[in-house]
Amino acid sequence: LPILSLLVFLPLVGAVVVGLLPRDNHSLIRRAATLFAGVEFLLSLKLWTDFVTRAPGWQFEERLEWLPRWGASYHLGMDGISLLLVLLTTLLTAVSVVSSYRAIEHKAKEYYALLLALETGMLGTFVALDLLLFYVFWEAMLVPMYFLIGVWGGPRRIYAAVKFFLFTMAGSVLMLVAILWLYFLHRDVMGFATFDLESLYRLAIPGGVQNWLFLAFGLAFAIKVPMFPFHTWLPDAHVEAPTAGSVILAAVLLKMGTYGFLRFALPLFPEAVTVFTPWVVGLAIVGIIYGALVALVQPDMKKLVAYSSVSHLGFVMLGMFALNSQGLAGSLLQMLNHGISTGALFLLVGVIYERRHTRMIADFGGLWKTMPVYASVFLVIMLSSIGLPGTNGFVGEFLVLLGAYRSNPWWAVLAATGVILSALYMLWMYQRVVFGPVTHPENEGLRDLTFRERLVFAPLLLLVFWLGVYPQPFLDRMAPALERTVQLVEARRGITAPVGQAGQTRVASRGAEAGGGR
Amino acid sequence: LTPETLWGQALWSLMPLLVLSAGAMLLLLVELLPATAGSDRSPALALLLLLLAGAATWFARDLRYRAFSGMFLQDGFTVFFTLLFVAIALAAVLLSWDYAKRTRTNHGEFYALLLFATAGMIVMAASADLITVFLGLELMSLALYVLVGFRRGRLESNEAALKYFLLGAFASGFFLYGIALLYGATGTTNLNQMGAFLADTPQLGNPMLLVGALLLLVGFAFKIAAVPFHMWTPDAYEGAPTTVTAFMSAGAKAAGFAALLRVLLRAFPELHVDWAPLLTVVAVLSMTVGNVTALLQNNVKRMLAYSSIAHAGYLLVAVVAGGREAAAASLFYLAVYSIMNLGAFGVLSLLGKGREERTLVADLAGAGFRSPLLGLAMTAFMLSLGGIPPTAGFVAKLYVFSVAVEAGHVPLVIVAVLNSVVAIFYYLRVVVALYMNEPQGEPVAISWAAPAAVGIIAMVALLLVWGVLPSPLLEQARRSVLGLL
Repeated sequence: LPILSLLVFLPLVGAVVVGLLPRDNHSLIRRAATLFAGVEFLLSLKLWTDFVTRAPGWQFEERLEWLPRWGASYHLGMDGISLLLVLLTTLLTAVSVVSSYRAIEHKAKEYYALLLALETGMLGTFVALDLLLFYVFWEAMLVPMYFLIGVWGGPRRIYAAVKFFLFTMAGSVLMLVAILWLYFLHRDVMGFATFDLESLYRLAIPGGVQNWLFLAFGLAFAIKVPMFPFHTWLPDAHVEAPTAGSVILAAVLLKMGTYGFLRFALPLFPEAVTVFTPWVVGLAIVGIIYGALVALVQPDMKKLVAYSSVSHLGFVMLGMFALNSQGLAGSLLQMLNHGISTGALFLLVGVIYERRHTRMIADFGGLWKTMPVYASVFLVIMLSSIGLPGTNGFVGEFLVLLGAYRSNPWWAVLAATGVILSALYMLWMYQRVVFGPVTHPENEGLRDLTFRERLVFAPLLLLVFWLGVYPQPFLDRMAPALERTVQLVEARRGITAPVGQAGQTRVASRGAEAGGGR
Repeated sequence: LTPETLWGQALWSLMPLLVLSAGAMLLLLVELLPATAGSDRSPALALLLLLLAGAATWFARDLRYRAFSGMFLQDGFTVFFTLLFVAIALAAVLLSWDYAKRTRTNHGEFYALLLFATAGMIVMAASADLITVFLGLELMSLALYVLVGFRRGRLESNEAALKYFLLGAFASGFFLYGIALLYGATGTTNLNQMGAFLADTPQLGNPMLLVGALLLLVGFAFKIAAVPFHMWTPDAYEGAPTTVTAFMSAGAKAAGFAALLRVLLRAFPELHVDWAPLLTVVAVLSMTVGNVTALLQNNVKRMLAYSSIAHAGYLLVAVVAGGREAAAASLFYLAVYSIMNLGAFGVLSLLGKGREERTLVADLAGAGFRSPLLGLAMTAFMLSLGGIPPTAGFVAKLYVFSVAVEAGHVPLVIVAVLNSVVAIFYYLRVVVALYMNEPQGEPVAISWAAPAAVGIIAMVALLLVWGVLPSPLLEQARRSVLGLL
C-alpha cells in the first residue's frame, strides 16, 4: 500500500470533495472537512506505530518514474525527522479545522478546501526525496496560504498575503537556480542526471561552488524560517491571517524552512556549512534576542506571539548549527515544541478574539474570574512556551543550549538571555490579560471554553506534558536520522579541497571534542 | 495519392495550407448568401476547416518533404508548429464565437482573415528560405492588421490597427533590406545554403553580412515584441478586439519565434558568438522593461501585453543558450505560453455585456466568487504565467532556465528568475481583484457562452495536466527539433 502517497493526496481529494459540496450547507461542509482531516491524522498515527524506531535510512519509501528524461522521479520516503513533522502537520491541520467552526462564517466551503489543499502541499514538502518534487510542493504550497490570508484575513490582509508570497518566492527562485546548478554538476561529475537526494548526497562539490549553492538554498530557507533580518513578512502575515492560518503558518510553514536546512542545506554543502556557521549562528542569536525584545513591547497579543516565534526559531537554528547530537535533537524537538506551544497560543488569542473582536492586551484583564478554564489552559501553554521544567519547552531549549555550549560556550551564554527575556514578555502579557480586576465591563460575561474548544486544546496539552516528562519515544525516533545528518556533514568535510585554514581547524577541534565526550 | 507517392508527398505536405486558404476563400463566398446577425454559419465552418487542417497534419505527421525547390520544408518542426497554430486558431474561433456576435463583428471575413493569418504562420514555420519567411510574415501580418481594426466603431481599435500597420510596415522594410544584404553577402536566400556558405567561407569581418543579419533580427524583434521594438504591443493589444488579441499574442509570437529559430540555427550557427551577446541584452531588456512596466498598468489587456514582452525575453534566454535542447525548450515554452495567453485573454473577452469592453483590473473585482469557473480559470492562467507549480508554466520556465544554466548562462538565469518574482506581483493583482476585492458599484456582467467555456476548460485542463505530467509534450518538442540542426 503506498501509504505516503495516500497520506499526501488524501487531503487534496478532501479539498475537491469539499469544493463540490453545496455552498449553503455549512454543517455538511464542516463535517466533511473534519472527517478528512481526522482520517488523515489517524493515517499519520499509523505511520507512528509502523515506524521502525531504531532503523537507519528511509522508511515507507516509494519511487515512480516521473520525468525520466530529466532524471526526476516521484520519490517519497520518511525518516525520524519527517515522521515527527508529518505528525505535527496532520495534528495541527485537524485542530485548525475544528477550531474554525465559528470563526469562518462566510465562504466556508472555499476556506476548508484550501486548508486541506495546503495540507497536501506541506506533507509533500516533508516527504519528497527528489529535489524537483520537493520544489514543486514547496512552491505550490504558497497558493492556498496566500488565499487563506488574502480572503479571510484582517484589514491589511491583501498587503500581508502578497508580501508573504513575494518574500517566499524571491528566496525560492534563487534556490531553483541552485538546484539546476547542482543537477548539472552531478551530471558532469557522476555521468548521469538526477534530482534524487540520495545521489546528490554522494556528490563532492568544489568548495567555492558550495558556498554559492549554500547561499541560494540558505536564503530560501532563512526567509521561510524566518531568520533575522528576513523576518519582516512574518508579523504582517501572522497578524492578518485568520486564526487557523496563523496556527498553520507558525506551527508548520516555518518548520519547512528549518527542515530545509536540516535535510538539504547541511548534508549537501558541508564545507559551506563550516564557512557560514558563524554567520548563521550570529543571526540566530540576534534573532533570539531581537525577537524577544520586540515581543516585549507589543500591545497586540497576536503580534507578540509572532515576534516570539522569531525568537524561538532562533533557538532552532542555533541548535542545528551547533552540529552535534544534542544540538540537533534539541533543534528538532524545539521545532515540535514551537509548533505545539505557538500553535496553541494563536488558538488562545483566537478564542478571545472571537468573543471580543479585539486582540489588544490593554482591552483585557481579570479573565481568571470570568474564564477560569481558559486561564488555566493559557497558563500551561504559556509556561511551556517559556520552557518551564516539566513541559515540552524545557527539554528542547535545554538540549539546544547544551549542544550550543559544547560547540562554543559563548553561544549558549548569549542565547540563554533569550530564555530570560521570553519569561519576561510572556509572564507580563499573561499578567495583564488574566490577572487583576476586570477593568472592562465587556469582559464580565465572557463565555468560558466551550466543549469544542476544550477538545481542540486537549491533544496539545497532552503533548505539552508528554514531551515534557517523557520525550524518549520522540528522541528515539529522531536519533538515527539525526546521526545520519551529522555523519553526512562530518564525513564529507574531508572529501573536497580545503576551503581555508579556519575550516580545517574547526573540523579538527570539533572532532577532538566529539572524541573527548564532555 | 497516399503520402508515399511523389505527388502525394507534395500534396500532403501542403494539405493544411490548401485547406486553410481554400477554406478562407470559401468563407468569403458563403458570406454572399443572406444570413441573420446571430448566425453560427461562419464560426462553424471555420471550426470545421481547422479540424480538417489539423487532421491532415496529423495524418501526414511522419512525412518529410522539401517542396518548391527546398523553399518549403515539411519536417517535425513544421508539424509541431502547424498543429500549434491550428490549435491556437481553433481556440480563437471558440472564444470569438459569442464575442463576435456580442460586439457585432460576426462576419465571415473575420473568420476568413483568421484562417489566412494561420496559413501565414504555418508558412513562416515551414520556410527554409528567407523569401518564404517573408511571404508568410506578410500573409500573417496583413490579415492581423485588419483583424486588429475589426471593431470599426471603436476609436481604440482603429488607432491600434493604424499603429500596428505603420510599425509593422517598417519592420517588414527592415526585414526585406536585411534579406537583400544577406543575399549580397552570401549569394543565396536559402537558409541551408547560407549556413553551408558561412561554414566554408569565414565572413567574420564582412559588414554587409553583419548589418544584414542585424536588420533581419530587428524585423524579428518587432514581430516577437522584444525590447526595444515593442512600442506597438500595448496599444495594438489593448485596442484590438479581445479575442483577436488572444489570437495574435499567441500565434504571431509563436510564428515569429519559429522562423527566428530556423534562421538562427540553420543559417547562422557560425555567427553564434555575434548574435548571442546581442540577444542576451535584448532578453534582459525585454524581461525587465516588460515586467516593470506591467506593474504600473490598470488595464489587464495592457498588463498582459507587457507581460507578453517579458515572455519574449524568457524565450530569448533559451534562444541564447543555443543548441537542440534549447530549441526543444523554446517549443515547449511556446506551446504552453500560447495556451495560457489565449486563456487569459479569453477570460477577459467574457467580461461585459453587449458591446461594452470591461478589461480594467477593477472590473474583475469579486468575479471569482460570482463565477467560480471564471475565477478558477483566470487564477490558473495567472499562476501559470507566473510560473508557479503545478502548472505547465512552471515546467516551461524550468526547461528554459535549465538549458540556459547548462550552457553556462547563470547570471542571465538569475536575472530571469528575479524577473519572475517581479512578474508574480502583477499576476497576483488580478487574483487579488478576483477574490479579495469587492466590486465598486454595479458588478460587471459576465457573458458565458458554451463554445468559449469549452475552450477555456480545455485550456485549464491542459495546463494542469502538462504541469504534473509534462513528459508527452516534452518528448514531442524534443522529437520536433531533431531535423532542425
